Amino acid sequence: MEHLEFDIAGWAGVNPARDHVLVGVVGSGNLEVMIERAELAGRCAVAIDTSIHGFAPTWRRVVEDFLARHRLGDVRVSINDGGATPAVVGLRLDQAAAEYTGGVR
Amino acid sequence: MRPARHSYYEATARRRLAGLLDEGSFREYCPPTMRLTSPHLPALGVPVAFDDGVAVGEGRVQGRPVLVAAQEGGFMGGAVGEVHGAKITGLLERALDVRPDGVVLLLDTGGVRLHEANAGLIAMGEIQRAVLAVRHAGVSVIAAIGGRNGCYGGMSMVARSCDRIVMSEEGRLSISGPEVIETVEGIEEFDSQDRALVWRTMGGKHRRLLGEADALVPDDIGAFRTAIAGFLDRPRPITLDALMAEQARLAARLERFAGCRDGVEVWERLGVAEPKRVPDLGIDAFNALLPSPAEAAE
Repeated sequence: MEHLEFDIAGWAGVNPARDHVLVGVVGSGNLEVMIERAELAGRCAVAIDTSIHGFAPTWRRVVEDFLARHRLGDVRVSINDGGATPAVVGLRLDQAAAEYTGGVR
Repeated sequence: MRPARHSYYEATARRRLAGLLDEGSFREYCPPTMRLTSPHLPALGVPVAFDDGVAVGEGRVQGRPVLVAAQEGGFMGGAVGEVHGAKITGLLERALDVRPDGVVLLLDTGGVRLHEANAGLIAMGEIQRAVLAVRHAGVSVIAAIGGRNGCYGGMSMVARSCDRIVMSEEGRLSISGPEVIETVEGIEEFDSQDRALVWRTMGGKHRRLLGEADALVPDDIGAFRTAIAGFLDRPRPITLDALMAEQARLAARLERFAGCRDGVEVWERLGVAEPKRVPDLGIDAFNALLPSPAEAAE
């Protein structure tokens, strides 16, 4: 297991539809993503527990890109990863953002 | 036009809850934001889940108050660890205070989470004790089985301790799983790769014909909801007399079906016409073999 934490500058402007969302299931090749509204002076706190070691720089870039694309700020993003492939990670993150912002039910 | 169906088998625990409960009525206890995760898995290098693989809470089914637990079969096969078990036990104990129209357990599990063996085993006993306490208080406990993992191990005993069981054909219910039986007794005894055999001996139709399941429904969340709603606030007596009668019934059953090697032989002795055709029957044709769930429940 590897535990990663990132503190990343956030974006202003998104009004969340809910206080928190949870998508995905922790299984082999799958992951769960939880986004919670948090008072972080606009910043984003990211915590990742992953069964795959050695991908901290990749995770950081993936999460930075994700937060920028969805213009998220004042959020806590928490991930439990069971070794998901990059495509699954991207889909789950987008799914979580869509539910958090009310873009998709 | 065919009405939309939402597969129960394919759905996650939370999707099942959304389909079972009246819209917006679910209030989760110990939600994932509380991060009540397993204290055992990190030491083994295994990822945790924020809800430890089960969502519990209160909601409404067709306007009637229920307490509900939904196991997530995708997380460690729905297996019961310490926190997971404590959430289900706590939910059941709450039913003693709030007396809902029913406690609904959506089971999708291989049984005890072996990574947490002792804690999981203790949890199993606690859950079963709590189920019986809730029933003793006159509150209905209803199990639903129709997920990928079926319902095995200690949780199969919990299921059979409930007032009612609703199953789909896809559901399976047994103490030992196919692989366990094959490992312990040999492939001559049970070929776990023979899917048809697995369903003939553990599947929803077999359990319904034996009277262990109280309703067999299509693989559709709405069908589960309808059947569960029909069993709300209809507790079975849990008196010493009722338990003795059940014990006698099971002993007689063991004798009646002694020597049967396959579900088909059991169905034949039950007097089912053309027993070999049972696996191919659609739900309506299958249920026509039986008294309706409502009649059978009397």
